[in-house]
Amino acid sequence: MTAAVRVDGLSKVYSPDIRAVDGLDLEVRQGEIFGLLGPNGAGKTTTVGVCTTRVRPTAGRVLVCGVDVQADPPAVRRRIGVVTQFNTLDRACTVRENLYYHCRYFGLGRTDAVRRTDELLGQLRLQERAAMFPAQLSGGLAQRVQIARAIAHRPEVLFLDEPSAGLDPQSRLALWELVEGLRTSGLTVLLTTHHMEEADRLSDRLAIMDHGRLLAIGTPAELKRQVGAATIMDLHLERPSPELVERLAALPGVKEARLLPNGIRLFATGRDGLLPRAVELTQGAGLHDLRVTEPTLETVFITLTGRELRD
Amino acid sequence: MTELPASYLASFWGMILRDLAVLRRGFPQFITRTVMNPLLFVFIFTYVFPHIGQQIQAGPAGVSYATVVVPGLVAVGMVFQGISAVALPLSMELGVSREIEDRVLAPLPVALVAIEKLVFGAVQGVVAGAVVFPLVMVIPAVPVAIHVASWPLLVSVVLLASLTSGALGLALGTIVRPQHIGLMFAVVVVPITFLGCVYYPWALLHPLPWLQGLVLLNPLVYMSEGLRAALTPDLPHMPAWTFLSALTIATVVLGTIGVRMFLRRTIA
Repeated sequence: MTAAVRVDGLSKVYSPDIRAVDGLDLEVRQGEIFGLLGPNGAGKTTTVGVCTTRVRPTAGRVLVCGVDVQADPPAVRRRIGVVTQFNTLDRACTVRENLYYHCRYFGLGRTDAVRRTDELLGQLRLQERAAMFPAQLSGGLAQRVQIARAIAHRPEVLFLDEPSAGLDPQSRLALWELVEGLRTSGLTVLLTTHHMEEADRLSDRLAIMDHGRLLAIGTPAELKRQVGAATIMDLHLERPSPELVERLAALPGVKEARLLPNGIRLFATGRDGLLPRAVELTQGAGLHDLRVTEPTLETVFITLTGRELRD
Repeated sequence: MTELPASYLASFWGMILRDLAVLRRGFPQFITRTVMNPLLFVFIFTYVFPHIGQQIQAGPAGVSYATVVVPGLVAVGMVFQGISAVALPLSMELGVSREIEDRVLAPLPVALVAIEKLVFGAVQGVVAGAVVFPLVMVIPAVPVAIHVASWPLLVSVVLLASLTSGALGLALGTIVRPQHIGLMFAVVVVPITFLGCVYYPWALLHPLPWLQGLVLLNPLVYMSEGLRAALTPDLPHMPAWTFLSALTIATVVLGTIGVRMFLRRTIA
């Protein structure tokens, strides 16, 4: 089976000191929702830019549905739908016209374009907004119209670049449900995000990127298992010290202990009996808060890079 | 690009339809934008002036000033349309709203998206010319002597002039950033209008040879002179081969700059 998206040794250098993407290899399988997770500036948008023919690669090759993005950009564009970070709706046209003319750009005749527009307005519950102009829409609605437009020509791969950036929590949830609904139609989705909950919830598989490189790839569960710890304990301390880190690391069940600016983080295989021992050891170090969690994609990212994901 | 598949044409046509719909919706604004300048110009200089005993003589004796300016005003109408209908929205779409993205992602070569802008600018140029012409014929208080000596010449001039206007609009729209649009009017539109042989035939500039040479860089000169040759053949005007080839060259050069800049602005 041809991969939906195949990235081989992709590099993009904007100027000698800006390597946005640096030797990236990636394969997105047909029908999956694939997440590209990383902080701002990780190279996600540039990667999507190359896949969607808007950015020329410096080196490497990208195939979308088997078509080389550099050899035949119009053929690639026929097979993809794109929702970028910005609201790129045609402001001079109504919601209906945005969908209708998009269909025309993709070669549908008048009748077919009208029919497809009506279908999309219904499917995405936009009938009541059909006559509105983009400037009159809320962020969440505008995003819904952009998704309707992106799938209007029935693409094989849908690219969503930071789709929930700037949305309020309610619109974000609605968007997630919408994206999950698209899965049933057999569409492949490549989603970039720096929102770990979004990546976790939507992705069948995901890749973690930083500084233009791939750090890890797998299902969310696989990636979390990579951390190698079932429990993460954050001890918030007023006076954390390296000696204390060593003593905590020696506790039974603790795989690793790390010094953080505001305390110490323990990676443990289990939590049985660990809590009282850890509390006892931190006597005198000013323990004022304590948090026990399971690994999240955030911890995966921190384990891989030593930095937090949030911007 | 060795072939032009039918699907490219379908996409291209879709964009023309979109632009037509937007033009239809904004038609009152289009008319106002097109009509205001020539309307007031002919009103003051060819209606009010004769009534208050002022005279402008910028042509051979016995030829009214209205006759001299009609071709020029039609030319200005066209070029102004090329700039305001293509350059203004394009500058915004490329610079601020990024609305152009949806058309850049359409399944046709990106250069054709730029060429569509040029072509549609030309269409609007023709419409603008057709709107301005009757207006500047009717208002003057003095006789306007227009006769078309050669229809093929008129059609060629109108066609080339409108394409040049569209190409100029495309080049300006891709080069000028939205924050400098106001400046563009002062730096580009005003000088090309005043130095475009609109209000005087080119031949009459001969006492100022440096100016007569300098204005040859201005594409509007060839539009004015071309329309003069087509509409007022008795007035002094450039030979046809000069303005026809100059307008062809201007379209190709400005169009190439515009398409190149458009590609640079849309593909990283």
